Amino acid sequence: MCLAIPMKVKTIDHTTAMAEVNNVDYEINISMMQGLKIGDYVIVHAGFAIEKLDEKEALKTLSIWKEIEEFSKNKNGL
Amino acid sequence: MNYIQEFRNPEISKIILHQIEEVSAQLERKINIMEICGGHTYAIFRFGINNVLPENINLISGPGCPVCVTSQSFIDEAIEYAKLPNVTLCTFGDLVRVPGSYSSLSREKSEGASIEICYSPMESLSLAMNSPGQEIIFLGIGFETTAPLTAALVLEAKSRGITNLSVLSAHKTMPRALYALLNSEMVKVDGLICPGHVSSVTGYSIYSEIVDNLQIPAVICGFEPNDILQTILMLVQQIRSDKAKIENQYSRGVKKEGNILAQKMMNRVFMPVTSYWRGIGNIPASGLEVAEEFNSFNARQKNSVAVPPERIIKGCICGEIMQGVKKPTDCQLFGTVCTPQDPQGACMVSSEGGCATYYKFRE
Repeated sequence: MCLAIPMKVKTIDHTTAMAEVNNVDYEINISMMQGLKIGDYVIVHAGFAIEKLDEKEALKTLSIWKEIEEFSKNKNGL
Repeated sequence: MNYIQEFRNPEISKIILHQIEEVSAQLERKINIMEICGGHTYAIFRFGINNVLPENINLISGPGCPVCVTSQSFIDEAIEYAKLPNVTLCTFGDLVRVPGSYSSLSREKSEGASIEICYSPMESLSLAMNSPGQEIIFLGIGFETTAPLTAALVLEAKSRGITNLSVLSAHKTMPRALYALLNSEMVKVDGLICPGHVSSVTGYSIYSEIVDNLQIPAVICGFEPNDILQTILMLVQQIRSDKAKIENQYSRGVKKEGNILAQKMMNRVFMPVTSYWRGIGNIPASGLEVAEEFNSFNARQKNSVAVPPERIIKGCICGEIMQGVKKPTDCQLFGTVCTPQDPQGACMVSSEGGCATYYKFRE
């Protein structure tokens, strides 16, 4: 039930916003968010944005995986 | 980046899995890793992670499916509220099929009770505004991920001066229940896959006691397959080096301090109370009741009902399954008397209940 999905914020109007995932727009409540901007990605649970997704952190995770991949390739002589 | 596909690259999965194999081979013993959240259980089965892990890593499902831990007597209580004149219940869809002692909300609805299914708690606000003279009761279930939403609903209703909306709360909070379960030593847990979205709200602090006092490694985890694999790798590394600390694999969605605004809303509208967890029992300070300041939004303060004595479902082992002591396939009702079409216990109802997940992905 704690299911939540990433959505991209398209418009903001006070405590509500329109956010998009898979080319479908949804109205979401953003009363628990501070400093949200158009273009931000948020985690949406039951119609509410519960947290902003941090792009820098996401890229960091992906780069760790990239490093692991490189390390593994070198180790296996690929 | 759409925050989904990038975290599902199968090439990366293979490499992380290979690393898990290397590190776990050095353990020379079998370890139990508990995924607390039902969403993780579902993802583990959906992506087949359970089938590819080394043999000495045993995954156990924990008590993190809110519908599953909601007590039978809460369903009984909600049904009594649905019987009151001029009352409409508003609930998340998962809850309506959960068997109570004598009936379910879905059966009551088919027999004429006014019960509306909503996706967001805010829908009950529109319902209240459009139904003067009708009392709308929102059934508040869920953990720290969901409780702030109910809090936001109450705050919004108050600021708009709405008088025909109230909450029947069975919200639960993780820390006390998790500590009680892990401290009971009913099941030996070597590492915890911590729920990502609960943590988005709470931050790291709710795991401190588990890590410090019980010395169990804990890693906050995202919901994509490579998130889960990396979390398992981080846990196995901690176990191998005899460490117990909180790590955050899901740093893109969880800050150390959590969502302070959501916490403030939750703490303002609710107060901690003893709560009954289905199959586990009463746990002090593990539930949330609407605080006195908001009595006019508390269904129990507005109307009282007599709840019939609870009748336990014979043969159902949901309780032991949620404590990680038994697997769904250990239950004699599983797949025969109890199926998603005709569930006997709560774990078979919710899509992220252990039994429903096992049933869907059974071989």
